[in-house]
Amino acid sequence: MTSRTLRQPFSLRISSAGFLALWCLVAAFPIFWITVMSVKLPVDSFHGNALNVIFGPVTRDAGKGFSILDIVFGLSIIGAAIYLAIRTLPNTVESGKLGPNISLAWIIGAGALVLSFVVVFFGIMPLVLDFLNPASGALGKTAVGFTTEHYKTVWIDRNFINNFENSLIVTAGVVAVSLTVGTLAGYGLARSSSQLSFWILIAALVFRALPHSVLVAGYLPVFIRSAEWLAPILGDNAPTLYGKPFAVIAVLVAINQPFTIWMLRSFFQNIPRELDEAARVDGCSHFGAFRRVIMPVMWPGVITTGLFSFLLGYNDFLVTSLLLDAQNQTMVPAITGLFNRETTTTDQVVAVAAAVSITAPLFFLVLVFQRQIVSGLTAGAVKG
Amino acid sequence: MKFRTFVAFVGPSLFMMLVFIAYPLVAVLIQSFQIEQPVYDTVEVEVCSPGFVNPICNVEQKSVPRLDENGNIITNTSWVGFQSYANVLEFGRAWESVKSFDFGGLQSIDFWKALRFTLTFTFITLPFALVLGMAIALTINNATPVVRGPVIFISLLPFIITPVIGALSINWLFRGDGIITSWLEYWLGRDLSFFAQAWTIETLMMTYRVWHIAPFAAIIFYAGLQTVNQDTLDSAVVDGANRWQRLRYVVVAHLMPLIIFVSIIHLMDSYRVFEEVVGFSSQSYVISLQWMTYEFLIPDDAGNRAISRASASAMLTMIGVVIILIPLLRRTWRDHKRGALI
Repeated sequence: MTSRTLRQPFSLRISSAGFLALWCLVAAFPIFWITVMSVKLPVDSFHGNALNVIFGPVTRDAGKGFSILDIVFGLSIIGAAIYLAIRTLPNTVESGKLGPNISLAWIIGAGALVLSFVVVFFGIMPLVLDFLNPASGALGKTAVGFTTEHYKTVWIDRNFINNFENSLIVTAGVVAVSLTVGTLAGYGLARSSSQLSFWILIAALVFRALPHSVLVAGYLPVFIRSAEWLAPILGDNAPTLYGKPFAVIAVLVAINQPFTIWMLRSFFQNIPRELDEAARVDGCSHFGAFRRVIMPVMWPGVITTGLFSFLLGYNDFLVTSLLLDAQNQTMVPAITGLFNRETTTTDQVVAVAAAVSITAPLFFLVLVFQRQIVSGLTAGAVKG
Repeated sequence: MKFRTFVAFVGPSLFMMLVFIAYPLVAVLIQSFQIEQPVYDTVEVEVCSPGFVNPICNVEQKSVPRLDENGNIITNTSWVGFQSYANVLEFGRAWESVKSFDFGGLQSIDFWKALRFTLTFTFITLPFALVLGMAIALTINNATPVVRGPVIFISLLPFIITPVIGALSINWLFRGDGIITSWLEYWLGRDLSFFAQAWTIETLMMTYRVWHIAPFAAIIFYAGLQTVNQDTLDSAVVDGANRWQRLRYVVVAHLMPLIIFVSIIHLMDSYRVFEEVVGFSSQSYVISLQWMTYEFLIPDDAGNRAISRASASAMLTMIGVVIILIPLLRRTWRDHKRGALI
């Protein structure tokens, strides 16, 4: 009965699928579009006609671009690489041809694949095509404009690589410290039913809602004057906390703590208590039980929480822009310096290229960790 | 677990939250009642204009900041009561414009302007985010299993993207002769400018926020849809409920706790609206409460930061946060009383 009565009329199924397709278009379009804009000369990037932006006639006439042959070759190599990564690589690893240690085999296999892809794609393919393009007539003529010059401007001339390093330091610091501190606290809170743990969780809930500017208003005067009030403790070489990445790491970790402990607590509650009780009976201390019994099984939860800590550190604008000076600036605040110039369209396309550079790592993050991100989003919600 | 072990586990986290969240809150509260100014001395300086026989000399009084032995400017912190709050709120002017029904006059005061925008933003985006999220969740659930993974991947992109960059990417589609502006101009046959008046910028900011938050709602609702009781749906069919009634009285009723959860998270987050102002460079038309505090904290041309006024506006922002939190805290407290902590 179920299958017949719940079956949907054709029109409903079509409109449902159409809506989903429309949503995918809306979701991906801005990101796709800035990626296209970033590889064209400014005249093409800001052209009113969408086809001009996609094919980039000005960029093409400037001699920068791909021929149809380039595109066919490039796409088939990328397709082959994806096929190898999805099908052949897991099979080879599982079959044990690369050695009995699975994780080592993964590293070897993935490394070999990436290396050979880089060699073929950036080394051999251009050489072959240089030879083939002039020989193949219309197929070999530049068809689609493509230029990487804006990326060169951003990363080399505007020194974005420095901002990238700072982002890396801050993000890595936030993830590492957040998880260490948060895992211990999350475990403690999951295994305790005292009044105190309830009040800590309530306080964390309140802290979660605070606007970050409120907190920064509290840090700024203290950080700027820190050389003064740290002097009695640390002597003459007391640091000024303002502008220091480690101070920002501490601040972001604290801001992230409420979320981290709530999330890790819910993960630890799913690990049966009997597990650590058994270890305790066998003579482990609480820390021993945590280290020997809980740590081996907690990684899914920790990875998920780590992803969200990463996003917080990587995406932050407010805290880093106020507490870091120009030399230590991370990527996201640095981009405002690029787009606020707006003197020429070239500057704007440079800012677009910077924006795409910031988005690219996040894209791969979702690609690799999609399942963990979804489970993290639903972990807090479905229970609550 | 013994108390000492508990403290050993939770201590580091608690310490960080106390030092970096609780302490700044107290500090901001205190700062908002204080004002810090350099100490000035009045000195008499004799200034002589060059002249050969009788140089003309005047004695002028100048205020010079007093320096300590290291050459730093000595500052003096004094208690000013609610003066910083008064500076931010400007009750006098606000009341005048309210009395004369001059809405524009009220909007010329930063705080009221920011409050108006923040509240409109929060409450207009909420229904759109919920409805769009629900629609995406239902259609994903309705799609063939093969496409669900890729669709969820694409849906996650707007949620995962750096907020400033997400806002910028939509900004670039509309700014100047951006691609969507060009299309609309072509269809409508007239010139459009999205960044010349406040309401279009506000619409774009809200569009961005709905685009950003709908995937989050969708993923959570989608997870909830997997737990809808099939028997209840079947009995609804037997009872003669049509498709819309089944959605309304079975599915939505089942998802109600999740809808409330998403709403609360959305209220908390969009009340803190900030990145949109940066991404759309809207500060000369539209500002939010958090942007106001941020602007006070940025050093002005002389390198001074209006810490006291920033603290006052931060504390005023907090009032809204507390109001949003009260229902959530009451619910958590009730659950705790019943013995089930969330």
